[in-house]
Amino acid sequence: MSEINTPLKQPPSIKLSSGEYYQRWRLIKDALARYGVVAGGLGVIVAVVLIFFYLLYVVYPLFISANAEAVSQYAVPEPALGKTLLLEMEEQNELAARFTDSGQVVFFEAATGKTLLTDAVAIPEGTEITSFAQGSPVNEGAVIYGLSDGRAVVVKHQYKVTYPDNVRLITPSLTYPLGEQPLLIDEAGAALQKIAVKVGQDSSTIVAKTADTEQDLGKIRLVNFQKEQSLFVDEAALTRTDAVLEQSAADVADILIDKEESNLYLISNDGQMGFFNISNKSNPSLRQQQNVVDAGQSITSVTFLNGDLSLMIGDSSGLVSQWSMVRDKLNRPAMQKIRSFKVSDKAVLTINAEQRRKGFMTTDADGVVGIYHSTAEREMVKVQVGGALPMAAVLSPRANTLLLQAADGTLHFWRVDNSHPEVSVKSLWQKVWYQSYPKPDYIWQSSSASNDFEPKYSLTPLVFGTLKAAFYAMLVAIPLALMGAIYTAYFMAPKMRQYVKPSIEIMGALPTVILGFLAGLWLAPFMEEHLAGVFAMLMIVPVGVMLFAFVWQFVPKSISHKLPEGWDAALLIPVILFSGWFAFQVSVPLEAFLFHGTLRDWFKAEWGIGYDQRNAMVVGVAMGFAVIPTIFSIAEDAIFSVPKHLTVGSLALGATPWQTMIRVVLLTASPGIFSAIMIGFGRAVGETMIVLMATGNTPVMDLSVFQGMRTLAANIAVEMPESEVDGTHYRVLFLAALVLFMFTFVFNTLAEIIRQRLREKYSSL
Amino acid sequence: MITTWFKSGTPWVWLNAAAVSACLIMVIGVLGLIVVRGVGHFWPSEIVQFTYQEEDGQIKTLIGEHVDTSITPAEMAKSTGHIMAEDEDTLVQYLLKTGNRDVTRNDFRWILERNVKQHQTPPELMVVERREWGNFYGRLLAVKENGTIIAEGADAWPLAQSRIEDALAVFSEIAHLEKKEVGAINYRLEQLRLEQKKLQLEKRWDAAAEQRLAVERAELEVTYKKYQAQLTELYQKIRRDSLLAQTGSGQEVQIPLAKIVRVFQPNTMGLFDKIGHYGIKLVEFLSEDPREANTEGGIFPAIFGTVMMVIMMSIIVTPFGVIAAVYLREYAKQGFITRLIRIAVNNLAGVPSIVYGVFGLGFFVYILGGNIDQLFFPEAAPAPVYGTPGLLWASITLALLTLPVVIVSTEEGLARIPKSIREGSLALGATKLETLWLTVLPMASPAMMTGLILAVARAAGEVAPLMLVGVVKMAPTLPLDGNYPFLHLDRKFMHLGFHIYDVGFQSPNVEAARPLVYATSLLLVLVIVGLNLSAILIRNHLREKYRALEG
Repeated sequence: MSEINTPLKQPPSIKLSSGEYYQRWRLIKDALARYGVVAGGLGVIVAVVLIFFYLLYVVYPLFISANAEAVSQYAVPEPALGKTLLLEMEEQNELAARFTDSGQVVFFEAATGKTLLTDAVAIPEGTEITSFAQGSPVNEGAVIYGLSDGRAVVVKHQYKVTYPDNVRLITPSLTYPLGEQPLLIDEAGAALQKIAVKVGQDSSTIVAKTADTEQDLGKIRLVNFQKEQSLFVDEAALTRTDAVLEQSAADVADILIDKEESNLYLISNDGQMGFFNISNKSNPSLRQQQNVVDAGQSITSVTFLNGDLSLMIGDSSGLVSQWSMVRDKLNRPAMQKIRSFKVSDKAVLTINAEQRRKGFMTTDADGVVGIYHSTAEREMVKVQVGGALPMAAVLSPRANTLLLQAADGTLHFWRVDNSHPEVSVKSLWQKVWYQSYPKPDYIWQSSSASNDFEPKYSLTPLVFGTLKAAFYAMLVAIPLALMGAIYTAYFMAPKMRQYVKPSIEIMGALPTVILGFLAGLWLAPFMEEHLAGVFAMLMIVPVGVMLFAFVWQFVPKSISHKLPEGWDAALLIPVILFSGWFAFQVSVPLEAFLFHGTLRDWFKAEWGIGYDQRNAMVVGVAMGFAVIPTIFSIAEDAIFSVPKHLTVGSLALGATPWQTMIRVVLLTASPGIFSAIMIGFGRAVGETMIVLMATGNTPVMDLSVFQGMRTLAANIAVEMPESEVDGTHYRVLFLAALVLFMFTFVFNTLAEIIRQRLREKYSSL
Repeated sequence: MITTWFKSGTPWVWLNAAAVSACLIMVIGVLGLIVVRGVGHFWPSEIVQFTYQEEDGQIKTLIGEHVDTSITPAEMAKSTGHIMAEDEDTLVQYLLKTGNRDVTRNDFRWILERNVKQHQTPPELMVVERREWGNFYGRLLAVKENGTIIAEGADAWPLAQSRIEDALAVFSEIAHLEKKEVGAINYRLEQLRLEQKKLQLEKRWDAAAEQRLAVERAELEVTYKKYQAQLTELYQKIRRDSLLAQTGSGQEVQIPLAKIVRVFQPNTMGLFDKIGHYGIKLVEFLSEDPREANTEGGIFPAIFGTVMMVIMMSIIVTPFGVIAAVYLREYAKQGFITRLIRIAVNNLAGVPSIVYGVFGLGFFVYILGGNIDQLFFPEAAPAPVYGTPGLLWASITLALLTLPVVIVSTEEGLARIPKSIREGSLALGATKLETLWLTVLPMASPAMMTGLILAVARAAGEVAPLMLVGVVKMAPTLPLDGNYPFLHLDRKFMHLGFHIYDVGFQSPNVEAARPLVYATSLLLVLVIVGLNLSAILIRNHLREKYRALEG
């Protein structure tokens, strides 16, 4: 009080301030303060804009297209050593290898083409290489040479990384995982025309097509080597299993074995694919025989997508289709076409799969290189590399460089910048058919223990969960908060209002972590046990209140007048408590009588509705509790500040208080009430802790009250700490945050504009 | 008559009144639930010995605290697979806290009331609070020293008491040595390592520096050796004694004194003993570190972390909030810009808190923190100093989050100050800044205070953003300690709200931890409700004051 009543004390310094210098200093200070304050005020806008643009800045790279640029081109190293069968690159993009048809391997610098080492594979003298194939490109790096005498050689290329003097040095070498001696595949000694290999940790499988001989037609032979690790001997012994496939070998153009060595695919030139089960190595069996290209087209290139669950089949019309094993209704595996890409108008010459993601690279007869991502269905890069027909191409293990050999004898080395191919608008919001899923679906599954796992980033189930949680919360909050606001603002005695408003404010101040904790550990088990009681309460309490109100008018005036006007709410507290208690009491025999056991079991048996302990109902109540104060206080404000002369006028014209309320007050305050609901909804959408603790956090899309959900906010809280900075997952989580931000931004801005209008209206009334 | 009654609208008014009552019941109910469950946690409840017949007919003795009772109607009990007799209406089950997790593998078990043959409360039953494996319930048989029995029967209890007291003294000495003294040495050694690396990076690493650091290291080494010797001796001392105790089923268990926090016999305690026990437990709860993966012991680091974070946040948020409010009220022309700012303020208030967490993590931690590390702490690389979630970033993030609270509240205070006061000051020749600084702001200070209190209350209860920008479940060191520079803004910290989430939902033994979570919730609720009430009081007082002034 003292500052106000006593006259303002002249600050002592002003007395000394006769000097002009000081006067100027005062003005400068004033001006500086003005700029400071203006900057501070505008800083608020800056903060909001900064949040928005920062989120956008992190999200943006998800949607920019990839690019590729030429680094260098040079003549094929050591052209005398034969034609290139296969190009390979190692992890660091420093070294590349060229496998030639004469059994030589040339290791050279990927950027310059300088030959570092040439090594010859141990091909026995007097034999010729008749077929060649690459094993799995990932980690193993095994290749196989089929020879003219029915034998085969398996070679691995390895790169040892050392750091002498803190400089990285990569040393390439060749090893023979199945022994340096050629393996006899065909006892009769027929040439191996086509061959495939998979070298695994303990088991290795070779499938080869033998040439027709005078005695016999060509066959498809399968040989499996099982490594028996002996405790005492270092050298492992190999156990061999042989089998011959019951399949005509005549047309087979391509052989593929998956990395589990349990499925075998034989592709013929005319577009037939044979799908074999080779889990039992001694008895392979045909699962399916199918045509996989359109009539008139032929298959020009085939490869596995990373994980070996899908085949990418390129045909002569420039179409690449993804075929994946899908289980049908009878749970039988069958190959099915999931999607296809129109890559070119010319035939697809090569397809290379990325080794870490579900992307692939194609080349066509014009030398156009395309990089695609299968599930996101995105074309990332499409460029002309070199002018001539591509002979061989390879994408580096990290998919950030590519090497392509053209028919004119040059090698092209390109850098590829393709960080986030797996996200597209379609993969975020629409149904996506993931490999080995029976049908397209919305799936959020961001991580798993397996290496070949494909992250599935569909935001749809999360947005669905968010809206579902908010919907049930609003279902609880709107009636209670609005009715409460109407009563408090218009009917309640001012004295009681003085206590009610702070209580509701306290309700809003309760930390959501406590509400979530109570919801998860107290309310959820309680509701599970007393489900019937909760439903009974919903019906009995309003009836009880009405009944009491009806009886109240017959109470003798001498008693009823003791209650001052506007204190009805206090009177109702015991009524509600009693009717609530009564509902729970009555529900127990009622439940036993009507549903023969528990209501939960009845729902399950009669309607097939499962019950999760932590479900939407629990979230609805807990989050409703958190949202009520927000809606209540804004709506109460709006109703309370309706100008008094409007209501007085209405009452004077003979309307009852209730009619005045409905026809005059609510109508005038409706924009304020609307903005209250919107702000409440915005709060429910962004609430994190309650949902995190009171639901099971499973990203399912199910409208049922008895099922849980996962919301955008809870998802961020759960997954953000473990996501890799600047990775796709990280950016998708930022996108989720951006979606939340935009959502609440729209709602809050709209609500605020409506409120500003309303304030102007009130002041003009 | 009913129709006229409905037409009058009275029932609808009653129904609206019921909504208010329902809200009030909910608030009071939630607060009541937390208070009841939270307050009861430290009260020593009596230990009951049940003679219990298992379903297979075997008779067993069970010892434990009776925690909960559930009553299930016969019909439902049948549907969940219980066999019910014809004349039974309800199935009554007791939840026992049987403790002895090292012996029985679980802390709790449900028993059927009808199978209880007898229950007693023998006075000699004791509770041993341990540092591992939770509580022990049983009887004391003997006290052992170096494995030989030195007291048995009736003599054992008093001797055990005094020995435990000694052991506790030794234990606190060990804790002090390990945490404070040895901790300080380790901290110094780490600083020396960083200094060396820094000198090397700056190419100033020469023989003199090497010499100096080597001397310092050697000194630290000597003190470390000294403490090590002391510690070895203390460990020998504390490991000397143990208790021999018997569980309800008759199994004998040896409990080393080093693992005992306290021993008591609740069945012999009088009311005052129990109050005393309650007080001790309460003090322990507020001032000690947590034990057993946060499910036992105190929550002091969480309280400390919350307070530190809130103080840091207040220092940051107050000036910004006040300046923004002053701009809105005193400097800006009411118009498009102020409307825009108001929209921005409302948006800041409405943006989900988790979005602040995401923003704080990306912008403050990785961008700002990452650059600070590169510029000022190159020697620490690759370990981040500020480029990782920590106290500073958490405070800044929450300051941003609570900014609207301060702005709105201060603005309201400024709006209530009559124009005449400003005009008076300006008429006397004061500049606008002097008017503000000397008259307006001092008058509005209670409103700022209100805003700050509300901001603190909000920050104390907020968890979601903190999970991303600096809170951990277990911080080995406090952000404030005796090691230079004393305040470690880069450290991670513990927080009451996160503690509730973590212990209630992430801990391996939720059932045992639940009472502690209720107690923590109670503390948090008390703080927040207290802060809010005081803010409301100040605000009401302020309104009255200015109403008088206007009148």
